[in-house]
Amino acid sequence: MSASSVVPIPQQAWQLPPRGTVGMVCLIIGESAIFTIFVVAYVFYIGKSLAGPTPGEVLQVPWFTTICLLSSSFTIVRAEHAVANGLIKRFFTWLAVTVALGGVFLAGTANEWHKLIYRDGLTIHTNLFGTTFYSLVGLHATHVVIGLAMLLLVLFFTVFGKFDAEHAERFKVLALYWHFVDAVWVVVFTVVYILGR
Amino acid sequence: MADQIIPYPGTFDASGRSNESTLLETLHSWVITVDHKKLGILYVIYSLFFLLIAGCEAICIRIQLVVPNNHFLEPAVFNRFFTMHGTTMVFLVGMPILFGFGNYLVPLMIGARDMAFPRLNAFSFWLTAFGGLLLYFSFVGGFGLYGMGSAPDVGWFAYAPLTARAFSPGHSTDYWALALIVSGFGTLGTAINIVATVISMRCKGMTLLRMPLFPWLMFVVSSLTLITITPLTAAQFMLLIDRYLGGHFFDTQAGGSATVWMHFFWIFGHPEVYVLVMPAFAIANEIIPVFSRKAIFGYAAMVAASVCIAFVSVSVWAHHMFTVGMTSASNAFFTLSTMLVGIPTGIKIFNWVATMWGGKIRFATPMLFCTAFLFQFLIAGLTGIMLSVSPLDWQLHNSYFVIAHFHYVLVGAIVTCIFAAIYYWYPKVTGRMLSEVLGKWHFWLFFIGFHICFDTMHILGFLGMPRSIYTYQADRGWTLINQIVSVGAFIQGIAVLIFVYNLVFSYFRGLPAGNDPWDAWTLEWSVPSPPPEYNFAMEPEVRSRRPLWDLKHPEDPDWRYER
Repeated sequence: MSASSVVPIPQQAWQLPPRGTVGMVCLIIGESAIFTIFVVAYVFYIGKSLAGPTPGEVLQVPWFTTICLLSSSFTIVRAEHAVANGLIKRFFTWLAVTVALGGVFLAGTANEWHKLIYRDGLTIHTNLFGTTFYSLVGLHATHVVIGLAMLLLVLFFTVFGKFDAEHAERFKVLALYWHFVDAVWVVVFTVVYILGR
Repeated sequence: MADQIIPYPGTFDASGRSNESTLLETLHSWVITVDHKKLGILYVIYSLFFLLIAGCEAICIRIQLVVPNNHFLEPAVFNRFFTMHGTTMVFLVGMPILFGFGNYLVPLMIGARDMAFPRLNAFSFWLTAFGGLLLYFSFVGGFGLYGMGSAPDVGWFAYAPLTARAFSPGHSTDYWALALIVSGFGTLGTAINIVATVISMRCKGMTLLRMPLFPWLMFVVSSLTLITITPLTAAQFMLLIDRYLGGHFFDTQAGGSATVWMHFFWIFGHPEVYVLVMPAFAIANEIIPVFSRKAIFGYAAMVAASVCIAFVSVSVWAHHMFTVGMTSASNAFFTLSTMLVGIPTGIKIFNWVATMWGGKIRFATPMLFCTAFLFQFLIAGLTGIMLSVSPLDWQLHNSYFVIAHFHYVLVGAIVTCIFAAIYYWYPKVTGRMLSEVLGKWHFWLFFIGFHICFDTMHILGFLGMPRSIYTYQADRGWTLINQIVSVGAFIQGIAVLIFVYNLVFSYFRGLPAGNDPWDAWTLEWSVPSPPPEYNFAMEPEVRSRRPLWDLKHPEDPDWRYER
């Protein structure tokens, strides 16, 4: 084998996708399957309750909290850009706004549930609507709570100056999760408050 | 090739086993470990432990059925035993052992120093381990306030409404659901880890199409697991909501539907079969070429067929439900989609046979098991095609024919390949060879026992014996065949005991293995046996699918042909 017959390997950089992002995308795929099952159950049982109350009687469309949650996706993107550029003050502000918007959403859900339980007498035990409604919306709310807890942790670290540009990659992973929580709400909102009412 | 960076294989492992640490320190190091190799070994030992337990349950079931009107097991205990046997074999043996192999081998094969998320890896293992403990704790803790039942007894698919509080009092079903939720999260964590490892941790030069088939299939399986195990978790949550919070998901008296549980369960349950069987394919993909002394035939077709199987497998679930009474359109759809699986699977079988064709075959124990796998899996597939024809399924459903079919897959294909894998990689893990003599005894006894047991079991199905019955009348004409089946089960049990003896005996007395006892071609054989904690002293760089072939044959390397 003469040296000239060896085809030189192009010395390109060996770059693979970051593992954090890949891991989070996998988690999101798995979680989507869980949500799909709950959404399918909700859709399948629409109108199959044997007793009231029905969704049309008791549900009000939560426009305000929905807008809050969806806009938190934009604020977290601003935060991502800020931390990537090392602008920690700006990052803190956008992150705080994101947490506040998520908090408003949760408060809205709590308020709605309080009304449903104490005024309309709808619990998870009342009828099929109650069972499917509380489990689907509750599953989503659980994800919001987890997301908020993690964002608060980042906020906490930022306050004490332990969070800066070198963590931007990790924050991207967390933001990915938060976008997922928002995207799921679009589906849940459509199914529960638009189609199912 | 002066810039050689992979150490030349075949050199003797000089490090030896030098361990002066105390027992407590050793135990501690295993509990806190985040090393993918140790976790892989833990997974495999854990699964082998449960394999023995669930095997004992199977033997008890076979003793009960050996004569009509037997009283070896009470009816209630019989129900618990077949439920626990099925649940254990699928969730505590099949999944963990295959993920254990994945854990141990994937980083080594792709030239990485560990998994993508080592701590998640440890967390997943301990979740899985806790799930198994929880399931078996039900024998003590399942009685509940009213002393009702102990272990779960609702069948491994736990059809509603049998699982409702009214029909399943006590806590046995809760233990079942919780154990599977917990181990399900463990499985999800490992699946995420393997996908991320394969995508993000490959060594320099290992493009996706240069990756060995074992990591390729583990990648496909793990991706499939992401959307397979999670529907089960969701359904289990619904079941717990029904049982604890008075929900109505599967409560037919409040408008709920028992059929919905069936759909949700089998949306998990059928892809699960492929989750279990594809690692077996992965094992055969590594072993058959090495022992045929040929590169795998149709590498690209193998990858494509695996991905294809994964896609088709999520659209076949309702072939478990032909007798429920679906529309004829659904019956036709699920019949056809199920038959479709036969095409990529057939491609695989042809490729394996073509790999062996004209090869210089060495029938060492791993290859013996893989050869048996080929034929047994073929038959299992053919009975599967039979059952996919819905009119025939109406006749045979829930009979012993179905039991025989899926045991042909689970034992004849998966367990057989697991044995092959242990004989093949045990030298790498421990540094010692398993005894070939005992291995041959193990193989032939298991092979004969398997065929005595499960070939005849098909006939029982044709004669109309339903599954899950604790006894039968003497005038049914099932007695003789049941006895033959039980004899086969015993022979397999003896074979497994020989295997366990071999594992222990060879650990102390086996011949030293060296780095590369089989003259193989993938990266794990380039490091000492057992591999050091960091795997590769220098990160390897590969240029073809068989990096060690390139090293051993610099005059005729593979990368000249693979472009």
